[in-house]
Amino acid sequence: MTLSPRAGLADGRLECAIPDHKPLLTETQAVSEANRCLYCHDAPCIQACPTGINIPEFIRRIATGNVAGSAETILEANILGHSCASVCPVEVLCAGSCVYNEMEQPAIQIGRLQRYATTHAYDAGMRFFTKGAPTGRKIALVGAGPASLACAHELTRLGHEAIIYEGRELAGGLNTTGVAPYKLQAGESLREVAYVQAIGFTIRNGVHVGRDVTFADLERDHDAVFLGIGLGPDSRLSMPGEDLEGCEGAVAFIERMKNDPACSVAGIRRALVVGGGNTAIDAVRELRALGVPEVTMVYRRGEAEMSGYAHELAQALQEGVKVRYWSAPLAVTGEDRVTGLQVAPTRVDAEGRLVIDETQTSMLPADLVLKATGQEKLAAMVAGIAGIAVDKGRIRVDAATGQTGHPRYFAGGDCANGGKEVVNAAAEGKRAAQGIHALLTTQAGTAPAAAR
Amino acid sequence: MADLSVNFAGITAPNPFWLASAPPTNTGAQIMRAYDHGWGGAVWKTLGTPIRNVSARFAANDWGGQKMMGLNNIELITDRPLDVNYREIEEVTRKYPDRATIVSLMFETEDEWKENIERSIEAGAKGLELNFGCPHGMCERGMGSAVGQEPKILERITNWVMRTSTIPVIVKLTPNISEIVPPAMAAQHGGAHAVSLINTIKSLMAVDLDTMIPVPNVGGASTNGGYCGPAVKPIALRMVGELARHEEFNLPISGIGGISTWRDAAEFIALGCTSVQVCTAVMHHGFRIVEDMADGLSRFMDEKGYRTIEDFAGLASRNFRPWEDLNLNFKVVAQINADKCIGCQLCFVACRDGSHHCIYLPGDGTGKAPDDGGRVPHVAADECTGCNLCSLVCPVESCIEMVEIDRGLPEVSWKQFTSGQATLPEYVWKH
Ligand SMILES: Cc1cc2nc3c(=O)[nH]c(=O)nc-3n(C[C@H](O)[C@H](O)[C@H](O)COP(=O)(O)OP(=O)(O)OC[C@H]3O[C@@H](n4cnc5c(N)ncnc54)[C@H](O)[C@@H]3O)c2cc1C
Ligand SMILES: Cc1cc2nc3c(=O)[nH]c(=O)nc-3n(C[C@H](O)[C@H](O)[C@H](O)COP(=O)(O)O)c2cc1C
Ligand code: SF4
Ligand code: SF4
Ligand code: SF4
Repeated sequence: MTLSPRAGLADGRLECAIPDHKPLLTETQAVSEANRCLYCHDAPCIQACPTGINIPEFIRRIATGNVAGSAETILEANILGHSCASVCPVEVLCAGSCVYNEMEQPAIQIGRLQRYATTHAYDAGMRFFTKGAPTGRKIALVGAGPASLACAHELTRLGHEAIIYEGRELAGGLNTTGVAPYKLQAGESLREVAYVQAIGFTIRNGVHVGRDVTFADLERDHDAVFLGIGLGPDSRLSMPGEDLEGCEGAVAFIERMKNDPACSVAGIRRALVVGGGNTAIDAVRELRALGVPEVTMVYRRGEAEMSGYAHELAQALQEGVKVRYWSAPLAVTGEDRVTGLQVAPTRVDAEGRLVIDETQTSMLPADLVLKATGQEKLAAMVAGIAGIAVDKGRIRVDAATGQTGHPRYFAGGDCANGGKEVVNAAAEGKRAAQGIHALLTTQAGTAPAAAR
Repeated sequence: MADLSVNFAGITAPNPFWLASAPPTNTGAQIMRAYDHGWGGAVWKTLGTPIRNVSARFAANDWGGQKMMGLNNIELITDRPLDVNYREIEEVTRKYPDRATIVSLMFETEDEWKENIERSIEAGAKGLELNFGCPHGMCERGMGSAVGQEPKILERITNWVMRTSTIPVIVKLTPNISEIVPPAMAAQHGGAHAVSLINTIKSLMAVDLDTMIPVPNVGGASTNGGYCGPAVKPIALRMVGELARHEEFNLPISGIGGISTWRDAAEFIALGCTSVQVCTAVMHHGFRIVEDMADGLSRFMDEKGYRTIEDFAGLASRNFRPWEDLNLNFKVVAQINADKCIGCQLCFVACRDGSHHCIYLPGDGTGKAPDDGGRVPHVAADECTGCNLCSLVCPVESCIEMVEIDRGLPEVSWKQFTSGQATLPEYVWKH
């Protein structure tokens, strides 16, 4: 996919055809929803938000007509509060803990209220935070996803110079390239990047660390390095036919669908998505939303074992997606492009192991096969750096500071937590900034990199 | 089926639900439409020497996402020619002979009063209501609440009216006074057949912070108006209750102020009213609300075994007493139903910051709440003052109950205690 450097987004991208599932609330809607909030003491919703947004407070401010104050409450805790409002799986986070669930009444629509407030601030160009007094310290951040953006923003507030190196031409990480368009489209993600960046840090797009610059370069020129590299490409299935045209990783496909105007689903009548996680559910829902008539998820186990959220699956089923449980893919078939997927039935044996019965295969016809069985871990990228420990593909960090085994390297987001949500990346990025700040302000003996 | 009909000071009506004198009773067409919906009566928009109204006229107090918890108006009496009004009154009384069509009047001189009482009677009015309550515009001209606030003047004008009137006369009282009894007694002494209350409460609704002009904005300025709607109901109830229990006051009372539902109406009746009047609720939701009012009240009466309005009118009045008569030995404490509790902890914060700090949380270190890792608060019964606050803030229906504690003590009131008729146990400070 080619995009001219910092070109921004082209028109006519497929994602633009997918409507918002939870449109911006009107003032009347927002105020009446805000007034339902009970303003709980020690509210359980706050505890369920990884960034600890003071939810009753921001909601009350919407109710009183203090929308600017509401936005500040949100962004003070979570500078990515604008995208989080739309992409957070609130059903399992804040809203999932709302006390209304205990009364069997609909939980407060926290995400939508949050979006109402942040959109107001964005539209009005309100800014709440400024650069701190310069400390002369310089930090490199690798990757311009939510983790690094939150980290860079906090570092800048604390007076440090932050420079993000991003391999892609577009910043924002998976907010720009991965999340479902009915939640957030790339344009809105880039708007958030611009808003966050306006505090005054640098993003160098198109610079892949390890290829265009080395980690050694970064270490030499900066006082600390933050790793916000996320996860790698879609995992391979290692089966025949996997590289045929029409068979692709789901995350790669979603990125093209969101960012590349050349991506098209014209002529695709039957699509299969292999996997049972949230990426698989996103992919099937997106294909349906794009008008693909027959979309089926193919999963090796049963519904109970699926790692995707039940509320998302329920939506997918409502939208006409089919699910084929207990089916393992064996081979992608086709001559010059995909025509189908060969699958075999599976079951769990007495020890709980998955058994594939290759004697009874069947053929599922398809024009498109997407692989959504996970993403590779990028930790190999940093495996050579002294002291950095990698555990099951995750960069091991101190939970309170984000510090890795190498004292000047910090990490957060998917690369450290193994793949969670945007809001976790935002929380971890901010925490790491505070860890870096603590390190640099107590490190009396070391001279700033600028002076070396 | 309960019988909702009333005979209010000689004015009969199929039910006690009457429209108060206000915009819903501006015209004959409106009143006839209201009657078709089932209203039992209507007090015509006050007639007087023609006036000019301003634009805008209303402002409202929204609360908690609900519209119009209170309404404020700076409208005056009718701005339509008297001839037109009398012609329409005649039509309404002719077409709806069974309804309580009452004409509200406000004039300055005795001659004006006399002429218009006669014209009202000629037009078929079933009764007259003397508007001694309007708190804006008219009082500056010596009418409305200027009369209602001066018992002597009130009595004198009532006297004028009684000299001419051959139909029942209701005096409408203003709440913009510190004691409701003196003007009500003046009405009684003046010979009135009944009173109605309350008219609107003098108010200033709000200030527009962008323009720094109070609302409603009349070309860059505003003025004080009259407050009404659900927010004023408690004030009206208190005034009605005070008259109803007063030993020397014995006129029928038409209750007004914030009545929106059959429950509101039933409460006014329970305190002693035998008809009720509604304005704001109709301005908000239209005449159709009377359908549920009549239906709800009649079901309530059936359920309780009251056949007529008289059967339960005033039943609550004897339980509305001066503070000094209350039993100081009565004691309730809050009890939380853990199965219903949703863990919002609003009761905790309300009691801690707004009352007597008798509610404790699991794991708060005091050891007073069972430390089960949950979120259900615990009321220390021996510390609870029984103030009710927690049960008022709790969002879950009947989750916090105020339970009576039998302390085995006799009933002792402050009056009995201070007059030496009884003793009270030592007061123990918990905090
Ligand atoms: C399909 C999909 C849908 C999702 N939907 C949601 C959702 O709805 N809600 C939600 O909360 N979360 C969702 N997530 C998860 C969420 O996107 C991630 O948890 C979050 O983006 C992690 O942020 P990050 O900053 O750690 O990494 P990323 O967002 O992955 O950003 C990493 C960035 O680092 C760059 N990079 C990597 N290596 C280098 C290098 N060597 N040099 C320079 N740059 C580099 C990458 O190009 C990328 O821009 C979804 C994930 C996927 C895959
Ligand atoms: C816009 C408006 C105009 C009113 N005009 C009169 C009036 O002309 N004469 C009168 O006696 N009361 C008038 N009132 C007072 C009402 O009759 C009634 O006493 C008061 O609104 C309280 O009842 P509520 O709470 O049901 O509205 C008016 C009230 C409003 C809101
Ligand atoms: S950031 Fe996400 S989890 Fe936190 S309050 Fe907002 S929507 Fe909920
Ligand atoms: S738990 Fe629900 S009701 Fe309570 S503060 Fe949070 S959003 Fe409001
Ligand atoms: S206010 Fe009611 S629901 Fe909330 S914690 Fe207290 S008892 Fe429980």
